[in-house]
Amino acid sequence: MARVVVDVMLKPEILDPQGKAVQGAFGRLGFEGVASVRQGKRFEIELDGEATPEAVAEIERAAATLLANPVIEYFTVHVEAGV
Amino acid sequence: MRIGVVTFPGSLDDRDAARAVRVAGAEAVALWHGDADLHGVDAVVLPGGFSYGDYLRCGAIARFAPVMEPLVDAARGGLPVLGICNGFQVLCESHLLPGALIRNDHRKFVCRDQPLRVESTATAWTSGYQAGQQIVIPLKNGEGGYVADQRTLDELEGEGRVVVRYLGDNPNGSYRDIAGIANARGNVVGLMPHPEHAVESLTGPGTDGLGFFTSVLEGLVRA
Repeated sequence: MARVVVDVMLKPEILDPQGKAVQGAFGRLGFEGVASVRQGKRFEIELDGEATPEAVAEIERAAATLLANPVIEYFTVHVEAGV
Repeated sequence: MRIGVVTFPGSLDDRDAARAVRVAGAEAVALWHGDADLHGVDAVVLPGGFSYGDYLRCGAIARFAPVMEPLVDAARGGLPVLGICNGFQVLCESHLLPGALIRNDHRKFVCRDQPLRVESTATAWTSGYQAGQQIVIPLKNGEGGYVADQRTLDELEGEGRVVVRYLGDNPNGSYRDIAGIANARGNVVGLMPHPEHAVESLTGPGTDGLGFFTSVLEGLVRA
């Protein structure tokens, strides 16, 4: 068993209204020193077997096809150690 | 003429879209998301709503519904397809139309009668309007901000593929006030406002939306 994590974020040039709302809440709650907040998505994917290069490549294809919309988002894939 | 209206789990304007098709004088054919068959229809409407709960991204899961396989092929082959609101989001996710729809810049759901300008009548769904015609149809969305990179936006403008534009205050942060666009061939159109809610004066702000459905019908009759 292995876990592959896909993080999806809006591209920097795309406005993130949710992140802006969170940033506003930071200010109201008195959390200081925050310049900006961007909100994204994290997918934790459990594999049937080991995280072989082929298995990870398969997840990368899934990320590019389904999990992220490359028009507005980018993604990173990494294998989580010690699961 | 038979115009299909697709129902996804979470579609909510499919009934109104079918009614608009009938008011325009065509036969409405119910298409099911799980059925990979267009049943020989002459055009298709992807209606508004919250397909698959808008999970992941609006339209992202609907894009892979069985009905979308023949639909994407047929659209590439010239079948007239109209995506309204969630249907527009599905068309963008399917890459039949460029760009994407993101959360409204002001973060609030907007629901109002929206003035628009018809910018292009060179599409299957707007040929019955006059270029520059101002119309009012309902707009209701939480994620209706149209975004695309500058090159795509310039291309859309240069090729006359901006179909409708918001007049007055921009309701959702859409780049260049874009409310709807078309593919290069003009058979695929997507827009956030809801023409199907403005086909009878009893229940809408007027009948300005009817032209989308009569346009495609007239085109099909001529063909």
